[in-house]
Amino acid sequence: MLENSKSPFKQAVDRLTSNRLSFFSSIFILSLVAIALLTPFLAPYDYAYQDLDLGPVGPSPEHLLGTDTLGRDLLTRMMYGSRISLMVGFLATSVALVIGVTWGAVAGFSGGKVDSIMMRIVDVLYGIPFIILIILLMVIFGRNLILLFMAIGAVEWLTMARIVRSQVMSLSKQEFILAAEALGVSRISIVFRHLIPNAIGPVIVYATLTVPQIMLLEAFLSFLGLGVQAPLSSWGILIRDGAVSMEEYWWLLVFPSVVFSMTLFSLNFIGDGLRDALDPRSES
Amino acid sequence: MFELISRRLLTAIPVLLAVVTLTFLMVHSAPGGPFDAEKAVDPEVLIKLNEKYNLDAPLYEQYFDYLYGVVQGDFGPSFRYPGRSVTELIFTGLPITFELALYSILFAVLLGVSIGVVSSLKKNTIYDYAPMTVAMLGICVPSIILGPSLILIFGIWLEVLPVSGWGDFSGDKILPTITLGTAYAAYCARLTRGGMLEVLNQDFIRTARAKGLTETRVVIFHALKGGLTPVIAFLGPAMAGLLAGSFVVETIFGIPGLGRFYVEAAFNRDYTMILGSSIFFSCLIIFFNLLSDLIAAIINPKLR
Repeated sequence: MLENSKSPFKQAVDRLTSNRLSFFSSIFILSLVAIALLTPFLAPYDYAYQDLDLGPVGPSPEHLLGTDTLGRDLLTRMMYGSRISLMVGFLATSVALVIGVTWGAVAGFSGGKVDSIMMRIVDVLYGIPFIILIILLMVIFGRNLILLFMAIGAVEWLTMARIVRSQVMSLSKQEFILAAEALGVSRISIVFRHLIPNAIGPVIVYATLTVPQIMLLEAFLSFLGLGVQAPLSSWGILIRDGAVSMEEYWWLLVFPSVVFSMTLFSLNFIGDGLRDALDPRSES
Repeated sequence: MFELISRRLLTAIPVLLAVVTLTFLMVHSAPGGPFDAEKAVDPEVLIKLNEKYNLDAPLYEQYFDYLYGVVQGDFGPSFRYPGRSVTELIFTGLPITFELALYSILFAVLLGVSIGVVSSLKKNTIYDYAPMTVAMLGICVPSIILGPSLILIFGIWLEVLPVSGWGDFSGDKILPTITLGTAYAAYCARLTRGGMLEVLNQDFIRTARAKGLTETRVVIFHALKGGLTPVIAFLGPAMAGLLAGSFVVETIFGIPGLGRFYVEAAFNRDYTMILGSSIFFSCLIIFFNLLSDLIAAIINPKLR
């Protein structure tokens, strides 16, 4: 092997960083996550602290992004809001990832009757308009955050399962799986040790594109008043509050909207970049 | 063809049944009954009410009664608006929601297809990159941001368009249509571009050009038919998405359509209304998916 040859992983990283748009998007998202994690130390004010005498003021040196109608610092509320929005996005994606990957891998590897029954279930679930069921769930069981991302995650795994299944089906015909079977490796460890790690590329791409979808869904619900409850905030709630008072106080709408749009943008660009990096054959 | 239709209809039945059952069980497992209002109801009245609405029957009996009603298009009475049935309420809001969805889909298809065709013909020039970047923006900016922003710019700062309502004056329909349609216009543009690029490389297009047809004729009569297949396949899910999107857009613009009724019913805990409109919405969405599958199969025989 040549000394300057690169591992597939290094090649993928190179391809990713050479795409400038996804490179800057990654930096944006990483800083956003870092700020969200460090919010309790970085936030200039307490998130529930109200300064009713002050009321709503525009951006100023004391309040960089202004304050809302209750005199709460907008920057602080956006920082705490990003924690909830990002958490819902990433945790629900993980739930979807775990269910979808397991389901798809088992179906694809088992084949036969098990496969066709499992995928028929996926087909039926695909037809159900879940946005309505999620709204129903929030109405009936209250606006419970844990329930919210469990529910969203439990909905978003279907496509994941299909992707993993088709990957596993093409992989399981290859020689190294045959070799593992010949060596007496158990079926479960073939699935988890050999099949899933090799099928992971498209899964990562799809997961990256799922995060913005889920954040959008959360914002959608919060906007309707069915998401998290005050005094907690999420970007959806901030945008709704901003929309209510935008006539006099434009900054309450503009700042959360800009950050939220940029986040969605970045995540989509990272997804596109990852697709190019992990699957050089595909062109889109 | 007949086989395709019957097969698709058969798969729709378990989906519909699953939706009805899930929504029914969810609504009935809700903590607190529909009459646990702010003011306490007299116990005797409560018994009478439960009797009237058949709430003291065993759950499976209520379920089959409800199912029997739904099949006949009867979603039961509304708990919140006494004397009015859920079916009646649904059909008050439905025409408005349909009108909005129709305008939005027309807006999306007309704008999206024209942009997509232009970009595919001018591939890799500024006429391709610029609209495709804008399309990416259109997909990423959600309606909850686009709607209020449009109101702020055109309604409040420029004062050229009304900010809410749904009347005979058509000006108040412009902003909701744009808000609801933009993301779909962007998708249509991307799909048209992709579909057209694939078709334009094929032999029959070269033949058509070799025959000496004008470029317009080649595009309109030969390329579009194949190039639009992905757009048509997208219309069903788009219609479904538009109906779901109407929740937000109707709330933002104060439009008295089905979406707003649904959100209000959710807040009022009007259980029969939630149940009825959930099922109704689901049926609509499933129906549009079915329809677009069929149209796609008619256009492209390979899919059959």
